[in-house]
Amino acid sequence: MIWTKAAPAVTTAFLSSLVEAVEALTIVLAVASVRGWRPAALGALAGLALLLLIVVALGPLLNRVPLHALQLVIGVLLLLFGMRWLRKAILRAGGVIALHDEGIAFATETEELRDQARQQETRLDWLAGLASFKAVVLEGLEVVFIVIAVGAGRGLVGPASLGALAACLVVAAFGFVIHRPLERVPENTLKFAVGIMLSAFGVFWTGEGLGVPWPGEDLAIVAIAALFLLIALAAVALTRPRVGAFP
Amino acid sequence: MSILVTASQALVGLFVDDGSLAVAILVIVLVSGILSILTPDMPLVAGAVLLIGCLAVLFANVMKAAQE
Repeated sequence: MIWTKAAPAVTTAFLSSLVEAVEALTIVLAVASVRGWRPAALGALAGLALLLLIVVALGPLLNRVPLHALQLVIGVLLLLFGMRWLRKAILRAGGVIALHDEGIAFATETEELRDQARQQETRLDWLAGLASFKAVVLEGLEVVFIVIAVGAGRGLVGPASLGALAACLVVAAFGFVIHRPLERVPENTLKFAVGIMLSAFGVFWTGEGLGVPWPGEDLAIVAIAALFLLIALAAVALTRPRVGAFP
Repeated sequence: MSILVTASQALVGLFVDDGSLAVAILVIVLVSGILSILTPDMPLVAGAVLLIGCLAVLFANVMKAAQE
């Protein structure tokens, strides 16, 4: 494996997983603070088990799909997914929509769980575990999709998975040590960067699926990403003309 | 049943947030696909349309959202 080929996929998987893991951790911590670690951990572990099942079931199927068809389908899905992320990150950086705040997300989830506690005390452990499970599955599905999407077209699912796993372990370790949501992680800057990389991968794979011979082969991803960065920064500057343009 | 509906909504939500952006992306991909079939000797034309189209669609969508 050549590192220059694997680096964009591994970096994208790592950064996007960092964002998703931070969001999942916030909910799991909220559950733990209201109902203790047992339902929070059980829900999270059940969620991880379901994700593992999905990966095990999907993995062998991918090998049976013709490469060009796989590249085209994954490319289009990446375009939809990545440009959705990038659009939102640009609008947040430009001040058009509010930034995502882990502190507020933690407070909202905690309050909802306390409300449920007042209404149905007996089922609360189950509801708390379900909230933890749902957070891990929903955020984890995005991680699984990103790993498959950036890795499958070039046989880099393994390295991309390692990048995602490293991010999840880093976030879990921090969460375990500080027991608070990771509010200082610059989520929107990460989403901005990941949105650019996913959109670039999307254009690249869709083109490959259509039979486009990109000049420079895999290095074209970097050039495409540079163009997305340029357009995104211009859009931020134009939507927020009086404030600095950096997200 | 409600869990299945929630899961389906979450799955669609992964790819579609602003419907007009999703439709515009699909149109660009479709046009690029048609071009790649019509101009097999010049496959880079389809690639250029795909790249420039996606950049233009993103920029236009963000500007529209900012004005609203």
